[in-house]
Amino acid sequence: MQEAATRIAALEPAPGGCAGSSALAGTGTRAGSAAQLLEGIRERVGALAAAHAAEVDRQARFPRESVAALRALGALSAAVPRELGGAGCGMRALAMQCAVLAQGCASSAMILAMHHIQVACLARHGLSSAPLREYLSTLAREQRLIGSVTSEVGTFGDTRSSVCALTRADGRFTLAKDATTISYGAQADALLITCRRSSEAAANDQVLVLLRRGEYQLEPTGGWDTLGMRGTCSPGFRLRGGAPLEQIVPGAFADSSAQTMVPYSHILWASVWYGIASDAVARAAGQVRAQARRAPGTLPSAATALAKVSAELQAVRHHWQAVADEFDALQGGAMQELLSIGWALKLNNLKLTVSEAAARIVHQALQITGIAGYKNDSPASVGRHYRDLLSAALMVSNERIAGKSASMLLVFKDDAVAG
Amino acid sequence: MNQLDTRVVDDSSALTERIRRILKQHGRLSRDAERLSEQDDLYEAGMSSHASVNVMLALESEFDLEFPDQMLNRSVFDSIGAIASAIGQLGVG
Repeated sequence: MQEAATRIAALEPAPGGCAGSSALAGTGTRAGSAAQLLEGIRERVGALAAAHAAEVDRQARFPRESVAALRALGALSAAVPRELGGAGCGMRALAMQCAVLAQGCASSAMILAMHHIQVACLARHGLSSAPLREYLSTLAREQRLIGSVTSEVGTFGDTRSSVCALTRADGRFTLAKDATTISYGAQADALLITCRRSSEAAANDQVLVLLRRGEYQLEPTGGWDTLGMRGTCSPGFRLRGGAPLEQIVPGAFADSSAQTMVPYSHILWASVWYGIASDAVARAAGQVRAQARRAPGTLPSAATALAKVSAELQAVRHHWQAVADEFDALQGGAMQELLSIGWALKLNNLKLTVSEAAARIVHQALQITGIAGYKNDSPASVGRHYRDLLSAALMVSNERIAGKSASMLLVFKDDAVAG
Repeated sequence: MNQLDTRVVDDSSALTERIRRILKQHGRLSRDAERLSEQDDLYEAGMSSHASVNVMLALESEFDLEFPDQMLNRSVFDSIGAIASAIGQLGVG
């Protein structure tokens, strides 16, 4: 427990790095401040998530205990603007929450990250639609959980193209989508869905639409028996639904993707992966310390390997924290800047680097723990961490991202370094 | 000043013709580049971000210029008019 406290203390955000400590003033009782939310996740949700993590993993079941605790804390409205009853957390604060929770349960943290991403899309692009604004207030009040439906049969993993399209009539739209995965689809209270603007629109001329539970039906098309991230419960579903036109997020998904979905995804995912890796290193460190205590004065054989892996862990932490801080520091003009190739490359680089480094770190932690870490029932076990992190390179395939970066680098000059 | 303005007006249709030709070749548009207005959104016309990079490369080659990084932004390449004005800002065209 002491180890955990030290680790998490190292993660403390810089003062002022998140939405202030006076958030309670003037807002609903639930809202809390970024600091209170982080404290609550660390003190209450984290331990509860950790206690159920093995069972969640074994049974591939939804981590209902941690999600209930996040709700009780008000954490599901962390990314909702203060004026709508949320905590108005910035990127760094959200990423901290995900990192801390991931140390206890990766699936719980990934669900929180994915939910924050959806809320951010609504909060940053949906406020000009009265029903979407209203929905965010409801979400804050009732702590509703939003899932994402971007993947689709026939787009081969490209989130920036859709097959399905909106059909509009009498002030409403209808939609049918054959989704390859919907994380916590069966547990979500609402879904944010990508689709073509109309049946005439090009594959990449997409919009985001919100459907609330009751406005859609889901028919499962497969299971979710995976190597890792088993608690995210992400099978395929055939979705059908419809709602008033005001539930279409204003503007093009091309913009909200680059301005919000991609930056929030890559930064929050990176913080989750970091959290998983840091827990694996903490387990390895615990073992090395135990060996050292048995023979004071003799450096345990794995101590040097631990020193090396902690250096890599630090590099990962600085990477996502720096990009989160840079994102939070964007001023007016931020939305334009996020459409630039410079930002697209920066986020791709973060995703590629952290997804690979985190998996490598857990592998190294396993070399340090040896058989104790290989066993599923030992306190030093890192098997779940290992399996969970194998998803990192696949959720948006690193190959695809590297290909896109390679293409962008043909025109990008990296003036910041050259000049 | 007057002289320059006249030149810009005279050349503008030639400039947009060259841009249209490049879009036709590299933009992978779902509509005919010849029939797009200068304001039509190229992304809505089906240009993917991958295709837009090829358009940028072809423009750099065609006009013998280099777009500085701060111009490598979705909105700078979102219509024929926007591309023409970007090229104009670099003193070419």
